[in-house]
Amino acid sequence: MKNLKMSIAAMLLLAVSFTNAQEKEKMNHDHGDMKMDHSKMMNKNSDAKAEAILSDYFNLKDALVADDTKKAAQAGTKLVATLKAFDMGSYTKEQQKELADIIEDATEHAEHISESEIDHQREHFKTLSKDITDMVAITGTKSTLYEQFCPMYDKGSAWLSTSKEVKNPYYGSRMLKCGKVQKTIQ
Amino acid sequence: MKIVKIIAIVLLVAFVGIQFIPTTRNQSDTVPSTDFMLVNNVPETIQKKLQVSCYDCHSNNTQYPWYNKIQPVAWFLEDHIKEGKAELNFNEWDSLSSRRKASKLRSIIKQIENGEMPLDSYTLIHSEATFTEAEAEELINFITQLKDSL
Repeated sequence: MKNLKMSIAAMLLLAVSFTNAQEKEKMNHDHGDMKMDHSKMMNKNSDAKAEAILSDYFNLKDALVADDTKKAAQAGTKLVATLKAFDMGSYTKEQQKELADIIEDATEHAEHISESEIDHQREHFKTLSKDITDMVAITGTKSTLYEQFCPMYDKGSAWLSTSKEVKNPYYGSRMLKCGKVQKTIQ
Repeated sequence: MKIVKIIAIVLLVAFVGIQFIPTTRNQSDTVPSTDFMLVNNVPETIQKKLQVSCYDCHSNNTQYPWYNKIQPVAWFLEDHIKEGKAELNFNEWDSLSSRRKASKLRSIIKQIENGEMPLDSYTLIHSEATFTEAEAEELINFITQLKDSL
């Protein structure tokens, strides 16, 4: 009887790993789509690949502002792909080292965001925001960004926004207006 | 009734069959110089706690339980250890950049605070791995200090 139970467990395990594999395949398809988007954006003055990362980051931020776990997870998955596609070729050796470090860290957080519940997503978003802020300090950006700061979440947490108006991604509707602009990035 | 018997036999054969599929064992005699305990000044109580509660899945050396050779348990363990080491390997701590270290330390604090690590499936067998409130606080204070000193 014990053996029978174990066998059934084995079968279940097989079934689970099979579904996992299928899901992974789906995600790979998403990656493919993202790459096509990039090639369209290549011929601009600023670093188009850094802009693509920022754009995904802002989609993620907006999803967290809207308390939308599912959209945040999707944005996280996209961000993993855009981070991977980042091209460091045009930067100095020192910058490349720093950027590689930033991208590695950001990728890990984006991966977690793609597979977590909202509280977890927000925890990872905090560190991700620091990574992206450091990235922009090196790559620059064509738009004006606002670094905003909420003193309440996890002993104080910052994020980036394209708008001056504060919409808090760490609390969403619970405390949408908590925070202030602490720096303008041009 | 006959069909039940056939299914039982098929499952039994499958169970025996999977015992022959090899798994990778996570064991090593040496502690590399990049180990968390070697590069940080870790108080003894915390060292012990980390060893008991974390190192089985987050280092290159697992203290395997007796049932580890039975499939599908062995797969389950192999998978967990692989995932655990990919996420954080205390043995390779010092090969991380300051940014990565800060990131990992922050995650350790959150995981302990939220009671998500050690995993329930682990503490079920290793009850000594569970953190008491005082132990959790001690670890979190230490890790926070370490993070702020980076």
